[in-house]
Amino acid sequence: MILEAEQLSVSFGGVRAIDEVSLSIAAGQVFSIIGPNGSGKTTLFNLISGIYTPSHGCVRFAGETVTGLEPDRLARRGLSRTFQNLQIFSRMSVLENVMVGHHRHEDTGILADLLHWPSVRRQNAATREVALAALARVGLADDARRASGALAYGALKRLEIARALASDPKLLLLDEPAAGCNPVETQEVDRVIRSLVKDGITVMLVEHDMRLVMNISDRVLVLARGRTLAEGTPEQVRANPAVIEAYLGDHGSKEAARAFG
Amino acid sequence: MPAIAIAALVAILPLFFPSGYYYRIGVLVLIFSLAVVGLNLLMGFAGQVSLGHAGFLGIGAYSVAIGPVHLGLPSWLSLLAGALLSGGIAFLVGRPILRLKGHYLAVATLGLGLLLAIVLTNEARWTGGPDGMSVPKLELFGWSVRGATAWYWVAGVTFVCGFVLALNLMDSPTGRALQAIHDSEIAARVLGIDVARKKLAIFVISAMYASVAGSFLALFNGYITPDAAGFLRSIELVAMVVLGGMGSIVGSLVGACVLVVLPQALTVFHDYEQALLGLVVMVFMIFLRQGIVPSIAGALAGRRK
Amino acid sequence: MAELLQFMSSGLTVGAIYALVALGFTLIYKASDIINFAQGEFVMLGGMTTVFAALAGVPLPLAALIAVVATTAIGMALHRFAIEPARGASPVALIMITIGASIFLRGVAQIVFDRRFHSLPPLLGADPIQFAGAAILPQSLVVLAGATVIVLLLWLLIERTLLGKAVVATAANRLAARLIGIDTRRIVDFSFAVSAAIGAIAGILITPIALTSYDAGTLLALKGFAAAMLGGIGSAAGAVVGGLLIGMMEAFAAGYVSSNYKDAVAFLIILVVLVAIPQGLFGRAKVERV
Repeated sequence: MILEAEQLSVSFGGVRAIDEVSLSIAAGQVFSIIGPNGSGKTTLFNLISGIYTPSHGCVRFAGETVTGLEPDRLARRGLSRTFQNLQIFSRMSVLENVMVGHHRHEDTGILADLLHWPSVRRQNAATREVALAALARVGLADDARRASGALAYGALKRLEIARALASDPKLLLLDEPAAGCNPVETQEVDRVIRSLVKDGITVMLVEHDMRLVMNISDRVLVLARGRTLAEGTPEQVRANPAVIEAYLGDHGSKEAARAFG
Repeated sequence: MPAIAIAALVAILPLFFPSGYYYRIGVLVLIFSLAVVGLNLLMGFAGQVSLGHAGFLGIGAYSVAIGPVHLGLPSWLSLLAGALLSGGIAFLVGRPILRLKGHYLAVATLGLGLLLAIVLTNEARWTGGPDGMSVPKLELFGWSVRGATAWYWVAGVTFVCGFVLALNLMDSPTGRALQAIHDSEIAARVLGIDVARKKLAIFVISAMYASVAGSFLALFNGYITPDAAGFLRSIELVAMVVLGGMGSIVGSLVGACVLVVLPQALTVFHDYEQALLGLVVMVFMIFLRQGIVPSIAGALAGRRK
Repeated sequence: MAELLQFMSSGLTVGAIYALVALGFTLIYKASDIINFAQGEFVMLGGMTTVFAALAGVPLPLAALIAVVATTAIGMALHRFAIEPARGASPVALIMITIGASIFLRGVAQIVFDRRFHSLPPLLGADPIQFAGAAILPQSLVVLAGATVIVLLLWLLIERTLLGKAVVATAANRLAARLIGIDTRRIVDFSFAVSAAIGAIAGILITPIALTSYDAGTLLALKGFAAAMLGGIGSAAGAVVGGLLIGMMEAFAAGYVSSNYKDAVAFLIILVVLVAIPQGLFGRAKVERV
């Protein structure tokens, strides 16, 4: 198991945003979290990536307990993520954005950086290579020199994936990578995720696009009001009447059939 | 490339100086530019405002006064000691202060600057109190640096060095991390950047820039008063950064130039100096928000399209 | 005991002024998210205008009225001609604009008025009242009473009038306020006017005790700003408590430690408070949303 969470809970202002959620993800899987808006998907991501500290429960990453560890510590152990509402470094170029992703592997002292020693030149070149490769993987190689602000929304989503990839993660958390994407872009996201898995990266996914989720996931966890409603393979979840009801209400079962189909 | 251009500019400019007075202005511009480059690293690149940077300027200034006068140290050693002391203070207070954001960071740095200024004003036994104290001339390898022309070259070489170091830093892993922190701290953190450590590093570096500039200012003027560390001086430094352009190293030179030259040009209207200065700051901030250099660069880029 | 009482009375007096300055900050900040560094200049203008109007032969109450009206007009002009045209600028740029305005007003004041210190006759005479061994200036009582009245009036204005509700709505959510038909620009205008008036009154009240000069605004603005932060910026109750606390701490530091370092102690405590409870005494901690 690359990631295990046990009885994870957190409250904000007396409201339990996440209530005793447990999950475990095997290496190399695509593990998706779905649920209605406000069910706590992003909050769960924030707990796992260290942005929030759980009030109860524990998280184990690659066999070690990492509960309450700062995000940068987790990142240095190989856990990276993207954001639902983009967190692009908007003053930097596309390439520079991705170069920042490689930071945890960069190894130059601040004195060397100030004096631009040969080691810094070599490091810059190496980082650039990695970043270009990551951009190529998400299909943005041709945009490397552009200002990041000049990219379209769907491209920015993939830019964040490339940036996270440059950190060479073991586990990658993708928060709604296909939100706001057109069908072509969604197809591209699907392709990218599959290629990540092929390279042995475990992917944890929050996504509203059911077709994408059901196509790509090994396991799916359904959240409702901060609790686990169901967990299983896409087929099991799709067939679960409680899920359909909670997710869309009983009037929505027809739409549900279409969406899940 | 920009480094060579700046070095050439600094070297060639004196050819157009009609009198020694212009050297004096040139020296002041270069010294302030050095402090502003340092502050710009902190504000423009890392996105952390400091309204108390004149405190470090003051430490640098008083170290070259107190060192030789009270402790018998040579000026250059006092300058280094001042820079280390500034860096040390920045290191000690930086970690808790830099956790703060926005207005809170502004008031904390402001408080820090005021505290340093108050200490310099009140420790009259060492600093001469509100009246200030005189500063012995700088001696370098037996050469006594005196006169605006000599100082122009000393300040010029130092400024170009500071300029190059800043450019180097920006094109390095640390520089990229700092720029990332400016745009999104949270994204920087999930990419493994130790945000607190990076902020602290740049705070220390920019404090040392200010300290060296302060030492030069004191040595050049031969006299120092607590005003050098005061609130208005801090504001002046921030205004120079913002006028020239946040995040534009070349802008630092331009911003310093405008705010040093302007009061000199306005001495004719002596009584109106403050009012005009305030007006200029307001007008620039309203109509050239990006700062001078980025605004011009933007206009040029727009025309090319 | 007498000493303690003495320090407390002077601390409360100057603290009341800091509280009024902090209230001015808070009001503008609530309505517009702007930190107005020219707030201290409003205090200076209130005091100086009254002094010079009185010197010109205007009766004192009328002089004070002129000062308040003039300062209010300047506050509104500051918003119309400097803040409004810069809408959408970065927070640092806006801070610099208000600092520029503060330098500008100071510069104009030294031309229009002069560079000397001035005072006003105390309202209830200058003879100290002896109370439990402490000598309390009658003007201190005037300051405290004046500050209390202003705080109450402000509270009534905010809580009991439609205009006040509009200010609260604007503070809570500017876009939503605009959608329900509130002219938020006018609300910000109003907040600048009221802040300026409060500042001017504070200036008139304190001048008989503390003297005033063209550059008296800077330190007042800094202390008031610090008081607003200490209380938790955006909280009116916090501004009042923060102001009184800083005034008291300063008075005790001046009395028991060293009067040279009284300003230092105030800023030192602020640093400690900021680092220990960054949201201030009355502010709420924010949860980062991503």
